[in-house]
Amino acid sequence: MELNRLTIHELQKRFRDGTLTSVGITESVYRRIASVEERVHAYITLTEETATKQARAADKRIQEGDGGPLTGIPIALKDVLCTQGIRTTCGSRILENFIPPYDATVIKKLKDAGAVFVGKTNMDEFAMGSSTETSHFGVTRNPWNLECIPGGSSGGSAAAVAADECIASLGTDTGGSIRQPAALCGVVGLKPTYGRVSRFGLVAFASSLDQIGPITKDVEDCAIMMNAISGYDTSDSTSVPAEVPDYRKVISRDIDGWTVGIPKEYFVEGIDPEIRASIDTIIKILEGLGAQCRDISLPHTKYCVATYYIIAPSEASSNLARYDGVRYGFRAPDGENLLDMYKKTRSSGFGAEVKRRIMIGTYSLSSGYYDAYYKKASRVRALIRDDFDRAFTQCDVILTPATPTPAFRIGEKIDDPLQMYLYDIFTLSANLAGVPGISIPCGYTKGGLPLGAQFMAGHFQEEKLLQIASAYEKHSDQEKRKPEL
Amino acid sequence: MKITTQEVGYVAHLARLDLSEDEKGILTSQLNNILMYMDILNGVDTEGIEPMTHAISLDNVMRDDAEEKSIGVEMALANAPEGEMGFFGVPKIIE
Repeated sequence: MELNRLTIHELQKRFRDGTLTSVGITESVYRRIASVEERVHAYITLTEETATKQARAADKRIQEGDGGPLTGIPIALKDVLCTQGIRTTCGSRILENFIPPYDATVIKKLKDAGAVFVGKTNMDEFAMGSSTETSHFGVTRNPWNLECIPGGSSGGSAAAVAADECIASLGTDTGGSIRQPAALCGVVGLKPTYGRVSRFGLVAFASSLDQIGPITKDVEDCAIMMNAISGYDTSDSTSVPAEVPDYRKVISRDIDGWTVGIPKEYFVEGIDPEIRASIDTIIKILEGLGAQCRDISLPHTKYCVATYYIIAPSEASSNLARYDGVRYGFRAPDGENLLDMYKKTRSSGFGAEVKRRIMIGTYSLSSGYYDAYYKKASRVRALIRDDFDRAFTQCDVILTPATPTPAFRIGEKIDDPLQMYLYDIFTLSANLAGVPGISIPCGYTKGGLPLGAQFMAGHFQEEKLLQIASAYEKHSDQEKRKPEL
Repeated sequence: MKITTQEVGYVAHLARLDLSEDEKGILTSQLNNILMYMDILNGVDTEGIEPMTHAISLDNVMRDDAEEKSIGVEMALANAPEGEMGFFGVPKIIE
């Protein structure tokens, strides 16, 4: 058994009974990285030296009986989360030398829990992309088929978990960037309710949509990570001062009597037949467990892509105004005056997709177009949220595919931004409505690519997502495959 | 046409981006394509709908007006491309 394949809860047992140490599992993870990372390219920065120190400290804590569920566990971090003293690039040239002076709140929480940081994972530049192809540091490959994309924007975090180059990871999700790559890489990914997890120290893309969440090998690990990162933070006034339940408690609870909504708008033409069939199988399994599956309607679904791709770029164009070559990051050397320096810095510091979104956003917010684009989209967003509010009076959770097709080939959509945007069609709505969503593996294509399904629930009902996901996981009789690398 | 190459140049200036003629050409066609797709929203009746700017309802948060620890000048300047005597350095602003 390769140790790096173990889950958090399996490692926890081994640590407790003394058959494995954190130093041991950390070495195992880095051995795996040494053998597969050249092909997968999940990481931008590896932090082996500090990881070894963290692992030694964790072993001491465990020995002293002071360990928690994450003590000594090797975790990978999306490179959009500020880590004090460790380069944080956001996959962009403009931040290629940025060393944050502080830790994001989630990083601080994981440090306090005694986690070991393996490294910073690759991502689409500033989290703008669905394929991890827009990173300044090169593409990440899908461990299940190296010719395919791992999804994005948290492609590195999902690929690292799938390839066992870490035990679990953190990603961020603005329009599906945790759930979509998790689905394409055959792992579990959860986007929490907006406000459940502090965004302090998360480099902002679209502030009303961004959330940090876990990517893990199974649902129980996801619950363990959620326990560690959730909660109110005085440094993020949009985090919500609501009590955080023990998410692990719901693992193994049954779902007898639950109602699962199947929104008809998510089963339109263009869905891969194998994905459709996998959802039908899930429905049968859930019904076998005593849940009732019923058709529901989210009537504004077809407006999600347009709404999202106005609101997210608008917020991004404003958030990314801060990269001007003055306080941090790259500065173009040959600016004749201040304005010229700004322009040259931003033009050579940002990649094509980031510039495209800044342009869409600046246009949507500009005088004369604001009402027609940004304001209109913000109104439609309210209707999309109302759809969900109504739906959750009729069902406990909603079940949909996580993606319209399995992972596509590298390069296939990169020159057609609109096609790339349309690929996010099933995940954008949760961010617009602010509700939590989880994607879980639900089988493989004939060609051996993973398939993913998504559950969504009402605000702050992550427990329901974890409960139904773990019930399905336990009863799906899914063969446990690992990518051949 | 939703947006002309000239308008693309103007929006780029607002966004403090310098685009080459090639980039302007590609962006004009891509933005037209994307903005045309956005027309789908014109089919939604939003009369009387309050624009939604937050995912959940939030109250303004205040903290006590008390001094808190900050990162300090040295740390704040550590990532600056240019800086001296406790200031960020920039190219000449006034000719």
